[in-house]
Amino acid sequence: MSLNRTFSVLGWRRPGVANAALLGLPALWFAALYLAAIGALLITSFWTVDDLSGNLIPGFSFTNFQQLLSVPVYTHIALRTIGIAAAVTITDVILAWPVAYAMIRLAGPRLRAVMMAAVMVPLWSSYLARVYAWRLILAHNGLLNWALMEIGLPRAHIGYSNWAMWIVFSYLWLPFMILPVAASVERIPPSLLEASADLGERGFATFRRVMLPMALPGMVAGAIFTFSLTLGDYVTPMLVGGRGSDFIGNVVYSNVGVTNNIPFAAAYAVLPLGVMAVFLLIARKLGAFDAL
Amino acid sequence: MRSETLIWAAVAAIFAFLFIPIVVIVLYAFSAAPIPAWPIAGFALHWFADTWHDQAVRQALVLSLEVASVATIAAMLLGTLAAMAVARMQSAAKEVVSFIAVLPIALPGILTGMALAAYFAFWGINLSYWTIVAGHATFCVVIVYNNVVARLRRMPRSLTEASADLGADAFRTFRLVQLPMMASAIGAGALLAFALSFDEVIVTTFTAGAQNTLPLWIFGAIRLGQQLPEVNVVVFAIILFTAIPVLLAQKLIGESGKVAR
Repeated sequence: MSLNRTFSVLGWRRPGVANAALLGLPALWFAALYLAAIGALLITSFWTVDDLSGNLIPGFSFTNFQQLLSVPVYTHIALRTIGIAAAVTITDVILAWPVAYAMIRLAGPRLRAVMMAAVMVPLWSSYLARVYAWRLILAHNGLLNWALMEIGLPRAHIGYSNWAMWIVFSYLWLPFMILPVAASVERIPPSLLEASADLGERGFATFRRVMLPMALPGMVAGAIFTFSLTLGDYVTPMLVGGRGSDFIGNVVYSNVGVTNNIPFAAAYAVLPLGVMAVFLLIARKLGAFDAL
Repeated sequence: MRSETLIWAAVAAIFAFLFIPIVVIVLYAFSAAPIPAWPIAGFALHWFADTWHDQAVRQALVLSLEVASVATIAAMLLGTLAAMAVARMQSAAKEVVSFIAVLPIALPGILTGMALAAYFAFWGINLSYWTIVAGHATFCVVIVYNNVVARLRRMPRSLTEASADLGADAFRTFRLVQLPMMASAIGAGALLAFALSFDEVIVTTFTAGAQNTLPLWIFGAIRLGQQLPEVNVVVFAIILFTAIPVLLAQKLIGESGKVAR
């Protein structure tokens, strides 16, 4: 008991000691496992693999990076990944707005709670189940083509294509955009919108000149997830993308699983790290971290 | 008023977009056909029994439950400790901790997975049950952390001070004042962390050796186009069973129903 009291007094007199005691274990975990792992990724990206034995050769060589830059297919894959991630982010911003606006500004408290639950359930439902559902819907003899035929249109061939990836990724990450946008719309004082209306701005002008800029941090916070989750995926491209729809993740995946060239895979994974570092710096400037 | 109608129409269309795939999954689980096609020709229940008796599915399910349980316990401990530290800190230090905690889910999954694979290769650690757990615990911490931080923000500091004034030491204050107030937030975070771990596939591929978690089994089966009726049943069951902890977690968080991810 007296030992407890000694610790308590120490923690009270010196808050730094108490903070360190609380934070010690989580900090150790993150430093020793996660941050160290990212360090290991950077280090091994300069290593090479012995062609014959398949053993890792530690060292400092730019071989992997030279190969990534000199073979055009790796540039194409990187551009495809980043391009689709950007397209998905824009699509989700557009789709999130009506839902966020209706939820916060139009719906009553009960309907709002129902809508919130209706956004939460798909957010947390199984990722693989939802990708698989789209694989079934977009397949040649799936729901989409059946519906098109029923209304007298020709079959669409969007299963196993970049279009399919765009639809499925936009679908998967939409709740991640709706929630922060709704939260930032909620923080806009209604008096500001009334003032804008009093000053003669019509509905859409108020939206464009008052709500949109004020909800920017929420949109950027959502974009961190929609962009990053798309950037780091390889399962969706494998399941709904066709031939020639590889992402950065697919190259990394096959180099670890099939070829067992961990250094080359690590070097390619440095690219999303760099892209996200730039993205997060901009997001921070735009105040997105307060909206996370 | 016409623009309001337009917005509601858009909202209805977007919710249809969100839920049609989930309805499709539910319907296919009862499809009799060995190869999925639309419209569903006939319905059957025997795939449920077949799936239940499939040893590969069972082993994967058990492994997933074990991994998710251990990872959730680790995340509860680490996330709660970090949240309690942050509640006492200055805003600059707060930001750093929050930023590092969210990195494992804010950075692309392939990066987290590849970094862990490189790390284990760096030390020559063989992939096992424990490497899966280590990865899962790392990205589950932030789920518990966010929920507890949100709770502590609404909990007045004066309560712990009053407890100290009445003579309780820090441990007693924790047990009698802080823990009861945080309990439902920790519980909600734990439920969500469990759901996240149970479903994770992107990072898990890189940290699992020969073992199959349930998502890894599903991924493999879809890719190879094998046992699709069993896949239908498994994904249906997962959707059903993850909805329960999520809705329960929302209840625990109370408020306007915000769940911090």
